[in-house]
Amino acid sequence: MNLIPLFVAIPLAMAFVMPLFGRLSRLLPDLLGNAATLALAALSCAMINLPMMVYKVGGWEPVNGVPIGIYLVVDGLAVLMLLIINVIGFAVSVYSIEYMRKYTDKARFYTLFLLMMAGMNGVVISGDMFNLYVFLEVAAIASYALVAFGTEAEELEAAFKYQVMGTAASGFILVGIAVLYSLTGTLNMADAGKVILEQGRSQGALFAGALFLMGFGLKAAIMPFHAWLPDAHPSAPAPISAMLSGVLIKAIGIYALCRIFFNVIGLNLTTSYILMAMGALSMIAGVFLAIGQWDMKRLFAYHSISQMGYVVMAIGIGTPLAVLGGLFHLVNHATFKSLLFLNSGAVVYSTGNRDLQKMGGLNQRMPVTGATSLIASMSIAGIPPFNGFWSKLIIILAAVQAGYYGLAALAVVGSIMTLASFLKVQRYGFFGKLRPVWKKVREAPVFMCVSMVLLALLCVGMGLLLLPGVKDGLLDRAADAVTGGTDYSGLVLGK
Amino acid sequence: MRGMTPIVKTVTRGMAGMIFLYGIYIVLHGHLTPGGGFAGGVMVAAAFVLVFLAKGSPEAVSEAKKERSSMAESLGILTFWVLAMIGLIGGTFFYNFLTKGKPFRLLSAGFIPLNNIAIGIEVAGALFAIFITLAVLKAGGKK
Repeated sequence: MNLIPLFVAIPLAMAFVMPLFGRLSRLLPDLLGNAATLALAALSCAMINLPMMVYKVGGWEPVNGVPIGIYLVVDGLAVLMLLIINVIGFAVSVYSIEYMRKYTDKARFYTLFLLMMAGMNGVVISGDMFNLYVFLEVAAIASYALVAFGTEAEELEAAFKYQVMGTAASGFILVGIAVLYSLTGTLNMADAGKVILEQGRSQGALFAGALFLMGFGLKAAIMPFHAWLPDAHPSAPAPISAMLSGVLIKAIGIYALCRIFFNVIGLNLTTSYILMAMGALSMIAGVFLAIGQWDMKRLFAYHSISQMGYVVMAIGIGTPLAVLGGLFHLVNHATFKSLLFLNSGAVVYSTGNRDLQKMGGLNQRMPVTGATSLIASMSIAGIPPFNGFWSKLIIILAAVQAGYYGLAALAVVGSIMTLASFLKVQRYGFFGKLRPVWKKVREAPVFMCVSMVLLALLCVGMGLLLLPGVKDGLLDRAADAVTGGTDYSGLVLGK
Repeated sequence: MRGMTPIVKTVTRGMAGMIFLYGIYIVLHGHLTPGGGFAGGVMVAAAFVLVFLAKGSPEAVSEAKKERSSMAESLGILTFWVLAMIGLIGGTFFYNFLTKGKPFRLLSAGFIPLNNIAIGIEVAGALFAIFITLAVLKAGGKK
């Protein structure tokens, strides 16, 4: 029995069991929610090292070689994304057990959270453009509601802005899908890729590409489309900020960009230059916007834009090494950025404050939060031996190897600025003299610490993914799936 | 909420049942005629909304009713999920495990009518819950 549909089926079922039985006991929502995310994390680990799988929903076989049913495809790239989504999702749901206690309705929170997980998993395993869109909307709409979960004025405003921008993005994506459908007569991504290859790349395909670039660029918050992110991500409850910044922008933004530009339309030089330019712009402008921030979560949110810039730039360069570096940075960013947001949540939980100017010396009172945030800060700044160093190193090497010396220099500048802004976070937040106001602050509760320590261990250990043997199984296969380009259709359709 | 004029109330009394029945007809014939679970579910919800708007009374919109329609929604989705999962146990997710029957008969197309019924319950419950939520919020704001 093939278990791929369970990635969507488990969270979906739990999401709707929650409102039925969540009221029976106070422990039940936590128990069900965490059981679901644990099962998903285990399931995604079981997918490592399996050969590429194509699943035909409902058992609908292709007719004369043309696929008619819905395909679910799990290749190297999808496995990598499933791991990010579900492992980080598990850490976040463990964290939520205690963090979400101050909000009123935990069952509803888990319903929305699991719906978002189902949507993201669906986007990643879908082999069909329209299903990708539907799951993308499931994830996005759940995230709009989650941003507004606190229902304070500021949160509602951010959620509204996020929803308007998100809906515009979805509109572009839907029109892009319609254009591609009218050109190729099929919604199956593999089949569409094949037809485009046979027709030759037409003006229509380029137009669809531009629409997808705007739509998914908005979802991924790449530079000209970034304005909603610094409002939306800090306003959500901390576990959701971690999920949005750590996972959502990658699953429904970067992943979909990679899939469509590399595997369906096929990358050409123009799109490659556009991606590089947008990536470099986000990388530099994001970090300059971040360094002036005093609100801890807002600073982290701007860094998400900057770090996604590295990923987009590397993927735009398009050489196998660059794509490997980009995808590795994607994984690393998921771990350290979600850890940073969980840290900020722990600080807010204990002190009720996220303004760096009012903090200071929290290391003395909150050793676990302080230590894990130091690890995360060093990771994002690219200090060896933490994971961020290795991926940035690969990206810079790949840029030099491909002859883009300017981009390599910009990447180094971005990294130095990142270090500067995280030194600021550490200096004002966790080191220095303890202010008298915080004398009685207590460390965050145990489940929150467990989840932060888990992510910190990942930050320390993930450099090992580059070891030969480990690298072939996960990162190489993901990079191969991207750089293989339009071979994707042959692999999926089986020719 | 105040009610509407006697004319509206009288017409509603005659109409609501028919709209409700038509909604159910659309759901049950989803595999034969245009429409299906979603369209029929919207009509069923619309029948309830019509009664509420026409009659209108303070106790008509309550938290308990919202809970119940939200529960109907969850049950509808879970039924749909169970149908899909039975297929998974038998081989493939969403595998049509019932006999297909003769085309154009009411009892045909395997489990598609069952899926339509599940979707109908889900959509009717969800739309009605949204309506009540909006009504409750509005009533709450006026106090």
